[in-house]
Amino acid sequence: MVRVLIPSGALGLGYDKAALDRAVAAKPDLIAIDGGSTDSGPSYLGRGVSKYARESTKVEWRGLIQARTKAGCPLVIGTAGTCGTDSMVDWLYDITIEILSELGQSAKIARLYSEQDPQVIARTQITPLSAAPDVDAATIASCEHIVALAGVEQIQVALNTGADIVIAGRTTDTAIIAALPLQNGDSAGGAWHGAKIGECGAICTTNSATGVIMIDFDADGFTITPLADDTRATPHTVSAHMLYENSDPFILYEPGGHLDVTGATYTAKNDTTVRVEGSTWVPSDKYTVKLEGARITGYQTIAIAILRDAHYVANAQAWCDDILNHHKSKVTDRMGLDPATWSAELRIIGRNATLGALETRTADTVELGVLAILTAPDQQTAATLAKLMNPYLLHHALSNNEPMPTFAFPFSPAEIDRGAAYEFVLHHVMELADPMDAFRLEVTDV
Amino acid sequence: MSSVGEIAQKVRSKNAGPFWLTVDIFCGTPKAFEQLRDNLSTDRVATLFQISSDQIKRFDIPDLNVIKFSMPRPTIQGARDDRDMHGAGWGPLVAELDVN
Repeated sequence: MVRVLIPSGALGLGYDKAALDRAVAAKPDLIAIDGGSTDSGPSYLGRGVSKYARESTKVEWRGLIQARTKAGCPLVIGTAGTCGTDSMVDWLYDITIEILSELGQSAKIARLYSEQDPQVIARTQITPLSAAPDVDAATIASCEHIVALAGVEQIQVALNTGADIVIAGRTTDTAIIAALPLQNGDSAGGAWHGAKIGECGAICTTNSATGVIMIDFDADGFTITPLADDTRATPHTVSAHMLYENSDPFILYEPGGHLDVTGATYTAKNDTTVRVEGSTWVPSDKYTVKLEGARITGYQTIAIAILRDAHYVANAQAWCDDILNHHKSKVTDRMGLDPATWSAELRIIGRNATLGALETRTADTVELGVLAILTAPDQQTAATLAKLMNPYLLHHALSNNEPMPTFAFPFSPAEIDRGAAYEFVLHHVMELADPMDAFRLEVTDV
Repeated sequence: MSSVGEIAQKVRSKNAGPFWLTVDIFCGTPKAFEQLRDNLSTDRVATLFQISSDQIKRFDIPDLNVIKFSMPRPTIQGARDDRDMHGAGWGPLVAELDVN
């Protein structure tokens, strides 16, 4: 049997300290926490940076290092620093060294690197997954960062070095939890299923904010227990978690195979604890890892104007269309830019800024925001495009025979440089002869 | 006629990775589940998203009283034309559909 403690859905989201203490007292074999996700968009991978503040990360990571010392078990984090690039593994490694030094502790640290060279991936045979974008070699080579998602095999190699702390780059959310029970010979279906249920911490319970959960894995399945006072796991909350951010609630693809939970049974052991059995693991013929990549798609400057005059609120779309036409002519006249190299967009906040052409509702509104988004190959050009847009956003009249109107600008200057805009370009898998072929491990005693 | 959101307990949309969108309709009761299962067709949802119904994966899950629709994301997450980084806004679109 293997007992895995999961303090929270992600490092940076916080956890219930009393619940963590209780969990440590229950002697876990491993503390596992996820550090990342693609859910906040391509910019983090594109820049190789963390979504969460270093300050939050350090406070929470310190608490987990102390919990690890008390429990006497390894601590593993997957997808360090939101995106799991090499830069983020090193970032968290530096934070770890600082904490250990402040605590006067020593530890063996294993760093698992997941980053790939875009030039190499551009020449490598890769296979698109469903709904993958069309990409050519040049697009792949232009990625700022590409990471491969490690599975349990690479985490097991890291744990088997005897490391006290494993800092992993990009991994699947489940790999850090499933690695130890699988190595121990526990039910493979149970290990992967429990890992999927547990990867978001207490989101699989009635009160997701509490964070801390414990999963006991064994030969037949797993048992999940939340540790905070004010939350419960029920067969419904646990089984419903298979829906969460998952396109298929019964099948989950992982390196080396897939999990099938069609036959799973969920049973309440008591008011707070759920027992799950009957899920199966189906190994695949080939060992593949998924790739994620992000590239710069341009540089952006944005501006916001607010329409409060009822006549302009009623005619906002016509006003925006008219501005875009005038702006395009002005850009051609004054900048001589090929229209294919830049873009200008006005999104009407209060009308259809979320859904665009799919919006079905209309309603009267007091005011409307107009978000101008200018995109160009470099920041200076984007800023110039926005400066040419500015006078229209401030004063453009719907007709010639009315006094010059003025609209609300919340800021001076009205233009805000947003820096590089990134896009995800890979939804592909790469076959590996050996799971460690695309990954590197470094072990140090600190 | 009532809307999906009035019949169900909760309608939620989320990214399922950067390239897929998933919409979970938590019906709450077997009665609401059966009503929506029988009256909310995949074609209606496809029309709403302006895609063909064979692009939609549908799961009717009686054990959870849940109906789930997954489809390629209308725009790739974070792409220049994406308006909704976390895919939050498509849930209300489905919730506002009127059904028998």
